[in-house]
Amino acid sequence: MRTPIPASAVEDLKPPVSSAGPLGWLRANLFKGPFNSLLTLFILFCLYKMAPPLIRWAFIDSYWFSDADVCRAGDGACWSVVSQNLRFILFGFYPYLLQWRPAMAVLILIGLFFYSRDTGRWNRRLGVVWAAGLVVMGILMHGGVLGLAEVETDQWGGISLTLLLALFGLTAAYPLGVLLALGRRSRLPAIKTVCVIYIELIRGVPLISMLFMASVMFPLFLPEGVTINKILRAQAAIILFTAAYIAEVVRGGLQAIPRGQYEAAESLGLNYSQKMRLIILPQALKIVIPPTVSILISAFKDTSLVVIIGLFDLLKTTQVTLSNPAWIRFSAEAYLFIAVLYFLGCFSMSNFSRHLEKELKA
Amino acid sequence: MSTAQNHTDGPEISQEVPFWHDPGKRAIVFQALILCLVFAAGYYIFANTQANLRRQAISTGFGFLGREAGFGIGEALIPYSAANSYAHALLVGLLNTLNVAFIGILLTLLLGVVIGIARLSSNWLVSKLATGYIEVLQNIPVLLQLFFWYSLFNDLLPSPRQSFSPLPGVFFSNRGFYFPVPVGHCAFGWAAAAFGGAALVCFLLRRWARKRQDQTGQIFPFWPVSAVLLVGFPLLAWSLAGAPTAMSIPHLTGFNFQGGFSLSPEFGALLIGLVLYTSAFVAEIVRAGIQAISIGQSEAAMSLGLKSNLVLSLIILPQAMRIIIPPLTSQMLNLTKNSSLAVAIGYPDFVSVANTTINQTGQAIEGVLIIMVVYLILSLLTSAFMNWYNKNKALVER
Repeated sequence: MRTPIPASAVEDLKPPVSSAGPLGWLRANLFKGPFNSLLTLFILFCLYKMAPPLIRWAFIDSYWFSDADVCRAGDGACWSVVSQNLRFILFGFYPYLLQWRPAMAVLILIGLFFYSRDTGRWNRRLGVVWAAGLVVMGILMHGGVLGLAEVETDQWGGISLTLLLALFGLTAAYPLGVLLALGRRSRLPAIKTVCVIYIELIRGVPLISMLFMASVMFPLFLPEGVTINKILRAQAAIILFTAAYIAEVVRGGLQAIPRGQYEAAESLGLNYSQKMRLIILPQALKIVIPPTVSILISAFKDTSLVVIIGLFDLLKTTQVTLSNPAWIRFSAEAYLFIAVLYFLGCFSMSNFSRHLEKELKA
Repeated sequence: MSTAQNHTDGPEISQEVPFWHDPGKRAIVFQALILCLVFAAGYYIFANTQANLRRQAISTGFGFLGREAGFGIGEALIPYSAANSYAHALLVGLLNTLNVAFIGILLTLLLGVVIGIARLSSNWLVSKLATGYIEVLQNIPVLLQLFFWYSLFNDLLPSPRQSFSPLPGVFFSNRGFYFPVPVGHCAFGWAAAAFGGAALVCFLLRRWARKRQDQTGQIFPFWPVSAVLLVGFPLLAWSLAGAPTAMSIPHLTGFNFQGGFSLSPEFGALLIGLVLYTSAFVAEIVRAGIQAISIGQSEAAMSLGLKSNLVLSLIILPQAMRIIIPPLTSQMLNLTKNSSLAVAIGYPDFVSVANTTINQTGQAIEGVLIIMVVYLILSLLTSAFMNWYNKNKALVER
């Protein structure tokens, strides 16, 4: 026996709330529950209050290619501080007419990075290409051969110095770091102690103290009459510092290799160097590629610290520009510009590292 | 088997293994060689340094620490004047470093956890903003950020005469930030003591409440009660001691403000720069820690009927903490070490004072050694504390 359903009850049943389309997306992602809705509205209100004046300052009222007097008269952003001093900010005291050379070197480096993005190209030939690229960059920067005028290293500056310190810092620190990591995992107590002391000592102190050491103590370490220029000393400090961090990363990789691999290599009769070179390191170094890229990123960021010992890297050339009374008020714009440069470099590297992590896992 | 026997018994091959084929002996020789190399390098550097120092007539030793420093320090937590010794100046710098590191670590933890959780929020706008914050701040050198904030303070804030005053008695100018503070009175000491007492009572109360909940299942309203205690005790002590209300209000005399409590732009820029930079890394660590807890944990908690904030605080965070703590330790150490960048914007931290000392006395080796030793001790103390905390929180397995 069925009772008829009253007509009013049927009408009360509403269709379910749409969960598809833009409205459904809005409901699921922005207005789910009262708290979420309030939060969304609050953020939208803040954006509404803050974004228009910022956009006005940065793009509408701003000056791009004027001189300093025009900037001072207006009240928008003065990007002219960058455009008028761009070549000094990027290349420092490198002779003005020869600045195409560091520019070429930087372009070659960026090209090499793009070429190496594809892991399918990682073979012996790539190593040769990189070595050739580094030699060409070195010749371009320093000159003295092939009819290029010689430029002393104390005239190097700006973005080429920043990239150089980071790149050579990592390249030279890498083998040292691997040796330290092997030493720390060694069964020989004396070697292990030396390596542990070195790694922990370096990791315990700030980079700036290493740079102070490079600028004031290194000259005292050398015999009379021998001098090393400031850039090389800073480079040495960065290498010694980075090596300790690489050692810890590589140690992680060595620990992740199962014991059976070591034992299998030994049972084949391989000696220590064969075992490490042929069996263990190729696997361990592959595991630690992503964290190594993060070390490259921090080395790139850390090169900015050489400002404190007075080298003319990207940050220092910007500060020199800003010490000019004409441009002194526009530090925010200049710092934002080099922040964008650093961001592009670091962000693309960290994206690449994430991509690698996925690819190597698969 | 028999062939092996024959080989060892063979007349040409001696029983004695030459020492370069004996791993044990070879190891000893190898280690001795390395140690000799290390000591030789050390001696070479030492001898060169000695010769150079003699030639430049620089005296060595730490005797300079007792001499008069002769330079002023803008901000000091303990009384200091230019007539004090170098050792005293270095102590002032060390206290400044510890001050900025301590406040910085607290703020970084707070901000980092909030942003790490925001990154996982179901609200699209919140999670995208958090992602943007993390990406931008992680990928810009901290020194550049410090310069940016410092220059912003210098450029945007007006001179003391036209200072910006959002509230009566509060002044923001390019010389610093000034706030009114109560004039010193014994009542505040009593209030602080009462606060300590209240904290102790809360601690005991929590233990008792937990025990009771374990035994009887009754839940004690711990948080409201402890809030009342923590506010009520100091207020009571303050009013019993006479309820002093006199305030020291900053006022303009000459070119700068007098009275009140002040923060310098250097301190402000250093703190903001360090906190924003490090909190981006902490947020990523927190996010990774929370994501490492399997979804089944939160589903199980929800099926027990826990609300979403209780799921986070009772189930997810305690487990995530175990994953989070080790990388967090290294971030805290990074913040402490990065505080040495204060030297670039002129906040008188330890490195900055030591740098002035090196420049004035020419005692480069001793100065750099002092810097390194102090930071090593700070690092070791921080990691010892975090290891102890980690051990406390570690999973107790059967």
